[in-house]
Amino acid sequence: MAENAQKYEKLDQIIRQHKDEPGNLMPVMQEAQEIFGCVPLDVQERIADGLGVTLSEVYGVATFYSQFALEPKGKYVISVCLGTACYVKGSQQVLDKICEELGTASGKTSDDGMFTIQATRCIGACGLAPVMTINDEVHGRITADDVPAILGKYKV
Amino acid sequence: MEVFRSHVLVCGGTGCTSSGSDKIIAAMEEQIKQSGLEREIKVIRTGCFGLCEVGPVVIVYPEGTFYARVKDADVEEIVQEHLLKGRIVRRLVYTDKGDHHDAGKPLGEIDFYRHQTRIALRNCGVIDPENIDEYIAFDGYKALAKALTEMTPEGVIDVITKSGLRGRGGGGFPAGTKWKFAAAQKADKKYVICNADEGDPGAFMDRSVLEGDPHAVIEAMAICGYSMGSDEGYVYVRAEYPIAVKRLNIAIAEAREYGLLGKDILGTGFNFDIHVRLGAGAFVCGEETALMVSIEGMRGEPRPKPPFPAVKGLFGKPSNINNVETYANVPQILLKGAEWFRTMGTERSPGTKVFALGGKINNTGLVEVPMGTPLRTVIYDIGGGIPNDRKFKAVQTGGPSGGCIPANLLDVPIEYDSLLEIGSMMGSGGMVVMDEDNCMVDIARFFLDFTVEESCGKCTPCRIGTRRMLEILERIVEGKGQPDDIEKLERLARSIKATALCGLGQTAPNPVLSTLHYFRHEYEAHIQDKKCPAHQCKSLLHLEITDKCRGCTACVRVCPVDAITGEVRNKHAIDTDKCTKCYSCIEKCRFDAIVKV
Repeated sequence: MAENAQKYEKLDQIIRQHKDEPGNLMPVMQEAQEIFGCVPLDVQERIADGLGVTLSEVYGVATFYSQFALEPKGKYVISVCLGTACYVKGSQQVLDKICEELGTASGKTSDDGMFTIQATRCIGACGLAPVMTINDEVHGRITADDVPAILGKYKV
Repeated sequence: MEVFRSHVLVCGGTGCTSSGSDKIIAAMEEQIKQSGLEREIKVIRTGCFGLCEVGPVVIVYPEGTFYARVKDADVEEIVQEHLLKGRIVRRLVYTDKGDHHDAGKPLGEIDFYRHQTRIALRNCGVIDPENIDEYIAFDGYKALAKALTEMTPEGVIDVITKSGLRGRGGGGFPAGTKWKFAAAQKADKKYVICNADEGDPGAFMDRSVLEGDPHAVIEAMAICGYSMGSDEGYVYVRAEYPIAVKRLNIAIAEAREYGLLGKDILGTGFNFDIHVRLGAGAFVCGEETALMVSIEGMRGEPRPKPPFPAVKGLFGKPSNINNVETYANVPQILLKGAEWFRTMGTERSPGTKVFALGGKINNTGLVEVPMGTPLRTVIYDIGGGIPNDRKFKAVQTGGPSGGCIPANLLDVPIEYDSLLEIGSMMGSGGMVVMDEDNCMVDIARFFLDFTVEESCGKCTPCRIGTRRMLEILERIVEGKGQPDDIEKLERLARSIKATALCGLGQTAPNPVLSTLHYFRHEYEAHIQDKKCPAHQCKSLLHLEITDKCRGCTACVRVCPVDAITGEVRNKHAIDTDKCTKCYSCIEKCRFDAIVKV
């Protein structure tokens, strides 16, 4: 709980910092997501109160932009690039294989909270297509066959 | 100033960083220190070299030796052999296909670079983007100084107008005209905006410019500010580009420190400063009105034009908005003049254009060519053609707003108007090559899937129309297409183009229309014959074992659902009802005996 209180304190500080800036809502929400890992409803309420905007406005922004998560993500976030260059080189098959291996649908987090699978737009590493990232680590030129071995390294 | 006998340039663009160039830089610095060479050799992390396919890339000057696909294990050899003893590590040198001069050629003579003209990318892969002194050494901020001390605001706009520079973000609107509109407005506040929300899948030109030469964009924005009477700028950049964001922030801080941003720039009384705003993953925010709404902190929904941004833009004030590549051209144009710029490219589209070349192509990477260069030159001479001896089928330009161009149009010169005439568009510069294994109906479905997901939902034609088109395409690739589906697609496409609110919706049907135009037979094969000519759509194919089968049982063992049966040395058979089309048998078969039909 103490940890949570600390996080809220940090959030309040950020809200104070940005209070008078024009167009401050998104930067504050982005920093809030850095702190909490996501922007759940109570964080949204705190932001709305702090900046003097309605909760519906905050919620509207949170649900409009794909980067804002309302729920926490898994320990490992697997992002498979479905940009055009990766797609024509078979990244859909890679994504399908990951979902099959983990028994979790794309966009969801596995029941044990270990993995979140997401399809992402071009990350710009088209030279390595097809590409996926697991947290900050980039795996390039992968095929569906490589998937079990790669996932194995994180499963321990 | 310290003088080094040798410079080692290591690419620190996103592509090479993803394949481990950070480790190479660390190892290189460590090795150089151990060998006591740290006062003789300087390691520089640069922006993108362009040839991402063979990354990580390392270039050693003054020789100009181009090392490709370097691993951290190779670093010791490069340091010990090349840097210490002057012996080039031949096995790592990049050579053109079929070229046996293993000492390598100078950069400018390599096929990939030979046909290129670099203006927007001129400093990418040349300077350290995190060091303002290097930018200044390459004529950086000279154009700003020239504008502020020798030119009137009208004079600046005049040069940009005469140069014929057109917006590189896709629309191709003349930049000078935009600046003039914004300058003509009377207001207490105006804004200069840089659109770095490069959302087209398969496009990474703007990211590379920001990563490799961020000061060029900052300088251009300040010049634009001077010309239109603005003292404040915003760069709206994708949050998915962490390296670009970091370097941009460093560059802005450096420019402030040098007095090139802030109050009273160069003692001329001109004030200008720049803020960075991060996107949050919404493609529609690349549309200029949506982008401005997003900077204001709201849902990035476009608003109708007019009023245009030049009249009523960010926070309701007159604003000029250009994309990264457009700005990157500006300092050079101001220094070298409009006539110089017009010597490149075509009458209607002067200058150069950067393309992100990807997909089924040998040399994936970033290329900059004069406008008017034929597609064939980019794909075959620079791109090195299609890998694995496959046949070229189409090149997709313009991302979700563009179209697929077939082989018989490869000699069309690349410029804004000629691409529009053949049903595609320049777009921001993504160029994705497809071969005979790509199904064009599936590609159309892929782009519609993208637009449906990214539609902001504000206007009905885009929100509902694109969804209906996607549903039709989905049933076609599943083999459930109906005879009048093509006609329905065309009717929907026409209405959406005519009625959607913003550019995203108005251009969303383009991938469908262009594939229908050039590859109609593929749609017809899916709908009428229930066949996918490219053997991509799983619902429309099954696997067969041919007479090439030697009966080795490898496929029997690898099949996860026991769909293959057969005795040793006898031809096997597949139970197509059981088969899940995972293709693991095809990969396992050493005799190419299993085929998709």
